[in-house]
Amino acid sequence: MALLTKTRERRPTSFYFLAAFFALFVLFLYGPMLTIFILSFQGENGGLTFPMNGFSFHWFGNLFEQQAVGDFGGSFSRSLKLGLIVMVVTVVVSFMAGLAFRKRFRGDSVIFYLAIASLIVPSILISLGIGLLFNIVEWQPQWFTSALGAHLTWTFPFGLLIMFAVFNRFDPSYEEAARDLGASNWQTIQYVVLPMVGPSLIGVAMFSFTLSYDEFARTLMTAGALNTLPLEIYGMTTNVTTPVLYALGTVTTGFSFLVIALALGTVAIMRRRKGQKA
Amino acid sequence: MASDTSKRSSYFLITPMALIFAVFLVIPLLTIVVVSFWDYDEYRILPDFIFENYNYLLGSSVTWSIYLNTLKYAALTWVFTLLIGFTVAYFLAFHVRSLTWQIVLFMVCTIPFWTSNIIRMISWIPFLGRNGLLNSALINLGIVDQPLEFLLFSDFAVVLADVHLYALFMVVPIFNSMMRIDRSLIEAARDAGASGFETLKSVIVPMSKPGIAIGSIFVITVVMGDFITVRLMSGGQSASVGLQISNEIGLLQYPAAAASAVVLLITVLLIVTALLRLVDIRKEL
Repeated sequence: MALLTKTRERRPTSFYFLAAFFALFVLFLYGPMLTIFILSFQGENGGLTFPMNGFSFHWFGNLFEQQAVGDFGGSFSRSLKLGLIVMVVTVVVSFMAGLAFRKRFRGDSVIFYLAIASLIVPSILISLGIGLLFNIVEWQPQWFTSALGAHLTWTFPFGLLIMFAVFNRFDPSYEEAARDLGASNWQTIQYVVLPMVGPSLIGVAMFSFTLSYDEFARTLMTAGALNTLPLEIYGMTTNVTTPVLYALGTVTTGFSFLVIALALGTVAIMRRRKGQKA
Repeated sequence: MASDTSKRSSYFLITPMALIFAVFLVIPLLTIVVVSFWDYDEYRILPDFIFENYNYLLGSSVTWSIYLNTLKYAALTWVFTLLIGFTVAYFLAFHVRSLTWQIVLFMVCTIPFWTSNIIRMISWIPFLGRNGLLNSALINLGIVDQPLEFLLFSDFAVVLADVHLYALFMVVPIFNSMMRIDRSLIEAARDAGASGFETLKSVIVPMSKPGIAIGSIFVITVVMGDFITVRLMSGGQSASVGLQISNEIGLLQYPAAAASAVVLLITVLLIVTALLRLVDIRKEL
């Protein structure tokens, strides 16, 4: 009875209160972002707050002048490269670990608890620890060594947990079928497992890229002499008092949105292809 | 024989992750513990075995007030993110009826998480500032005659930014728990005459506890170790444990920073252990 009438059931009053609450929550999440998006088009003489003093692309142009805001181009390209390396390493290593965890092995709970620890240990401790370690053994911290390692300790737990969620719902009979048909281990992974977990791997890729691209605390003591973008932005917050700060915010947030859209689009296309084949 | 090769392949597959955790998590944390017993002068750190760093840290009343302040931020953020997170997750799980809409609205909540935290903090400035949107609106509406000063660069701003940044950490695990609740249980409660509120209290809340515990672990640990939000949003007027560590790092007082870090780590682990008694994480995936 309830099932039959479910779609036609009248919504309770609480629905409208909760929907309004949800709308406010979304406004709370996006409102501030929207404000700096608008203010980044502030006129040349405008300040950090409303009112808008005309409309211009002045502050975006300002971003690319070396003396105005430090090294935006260099730090952006470093963060981009670091994010891509973190992404590739996290996808490959998490996938391998996900496969390993399908069977019990000695030390599996140690690795699991290390991943959880990695997630809850305050980021500044990772930064401090790696910085001290490099200091003591007299290695030069670099964004592609110490900062890379620091970022991986942040992205691996997410990658591993997503892989757990995937493989817990994965039916091994497909692989058995492939093996019965004479597929090698590698062929089974390539033609059976990978296509099935593909969309989740895209998810891991997006998580790891965006987490690395935006990571600040773990980069603080590990980046070495050259800044990544979040470090550069942080430096700006203390000494830049013009809307160029907002222009930078708009550009980097726009870039993050682009990456998210790309990932979601890819997943949607993969799902549709799979649907067509089936 | 076969299980031997498969065991070996498990070890092969887990090696890269194990190595990275060893080099960039375990050894650095051990380094912190070791260095916390070292000595230092203005220029360098000196290998030693002294308790001076801990004596100084634990003997100082500043430390205790900083811990109190940090716990205050953590508690306030926890309460607000829990209330918001539970309500949002409840709405998504039980009031949105089509799966497509659930996914769409869930994504809407999730997307800001993948953008820069620092930018999300900065974006409060035009809203909360002295001449910001909120103050202008309040003055125009005649609610206040003077701009409110406590909105930006205050404890209020810190907690607001923390809630803004981390509410999602509550929404996701609670939503996950709620989606696993068998809908027939709720039908049964209703058939047995429970009101909506009674169903919420005696079915939904108890069954969402694992999600609440996981979300709480995330939110509390991240706020306990935070230093950027406190520095940016309090405008340098408040302190937190993380900020103290970051200041000591800035002054190159590494052994002192290491001792603070060890005490912070122990505090966080105690809180997490207490919360883990409520939930078995591995079952929740």
